Amino acid sequence: MKKITIKLNGELRSVHVEPEEILLDVLRDKLGVKSPKCGCDRGDCGACAVLLNGRSVRSCLILAIETDEQEIVTVEGISKDGLSKVQNTMLDKNAFQCGFCAPGMIISTTELIEKNPHPNLEEIKEALSGNLCRCTGYLPILESVQEATKK
Amino acid sequence: MAIINDFNYHKPKDMDETLLLLSKLKGKAKILAGGTDLIVHLKEEIVKTENVIDIKEITQLNKIEISEDNIFIGAGVTFTEIIESQKLKEKIPILWEASMTVASVGIRNRATVVGNICSAVPSLDSAPALLVYDAEIVVQSKTEKRVISIHDWFTGPKKTLLKSDELVLGINIPIFQHNGTYEKLGRYKGEDLAQAGIGILVNETKNYRFAYCAVGPVPKRMKKLEEFLKGKEITDDLIEEASELIPSEISPIADMRSSKEYRIHMMKIMFKRGLRKSIANMKGGRS
Repeated sequence: MKKITIKLNGELRSVHVEPEEILLDVLRDKLGVKSPKCGCDRGDCGACAVLLNGRSVRSCLILAIETDEQEIVTVEGISKDGLSKVQNTMLDKNAFQCGFCAPGMIISTTELIEKNPHPNLEEIKEALSGNLCRCTGYLPILESVQEATKK
Repeated sequence: MAIINDFNYHKPKDMDETLLLLSKLKGKAKILAGGTDLIVHLKEEIVKTENVIDIKEITQLNKIEISEDNIFIGAGVTFTEIIESQKLKEKIPILWEASMTVASVGIRNRATVVGNICSAVPSLDSAPALLVYDAEIVVQSKTEKRVISIHDWFTGPKKTLLKSDELVLGINIPIFQHNGTYEKLGRYKGEDLAQAGIGILVNETKNYRFAYCAVGPVPKRMKKLEEFLKGKEITDDLIEEASELIPSEISPIADMRSSKEYRIHMMKIMFKRGLRKSIANMKGGRS
């Protein structure tokens, strides 16, 4: 066991981990952050996405121990002081049905807007292409991001 | 899902420490950079190891160095870092374009080009570009530094010349005037592995270079095609004639992603489309 310290959603958190423990499991089971989900468990579906030092990554493909002394933001952090503009638009437009892909979609969108506040549809599609949704067929999700980012 | 196999985790601070570890643990260690391949393999027990050496702390490996005539891409450089470099987009557009086609943003933020060539799956997107650029791989062990041509690097599917006590430091790519493109065939946009891929390089002196991935056991240059077109002005008839050489240059398999016949058919089309595009770019002055 090794003690690691991460800045999680703005707070310093310490936890003991084995080298083979996966970041996604540690976030959910040891740190109580439940927004990242386990979908495919091999980096294809995006449900486990979190922001690591500002960039979206697959938390199912990262060892928790790799993130010692780094910064992680999940949807809990993004909506700490109320829902973001994109989250509100997603609510208005009924963008999700079951909601399983929602955290990954929100993480990818947050990263995109940070770099590119007014993306075009192609750029939105490219940014979200690694997130699989099995309910709504993507359209209301893309429309929400377009709506929330238009000039 | 957890990883069943227990291992020790090492995060060396510099090269000396890493090379010492590799020589001490000979054969019993795996290098971890982005982890987008290694972690999947560990989870699925395709790979078992006693030690994982994380090289992300070694600052020297996280660099892109651009000199007058050479670009060095360190072992820690991710696809996203390549995409975000305007200089690389100008100097090595084929690798830049190929980087854009790798999986999705969340993978590109972690996955490295060097990791891509070390995993060495036949469909690797970075190989056609590196092959047409005559790139060189710089590797080091505790006792020796070697420079290996990309043409010798791949020895079989998922096999390379890298020895168990060696670490890849990075890739050297010569800078020269050219145009080109990477054409990739996937089942859908985003995420998918290449069913077929071709890198195309053209320049003003009528030298043409072509390399494929995913349609043979290892990625390779297409020398017959290059010889046939060398010195010739590209016309529609010539492109048509040259495309008939494609089946003799590649040896695709049939698998769940596509049939052998489809791969051959599409490689001809991608060759024609990509060459026309590259020539048009060159004449249009894009460098």
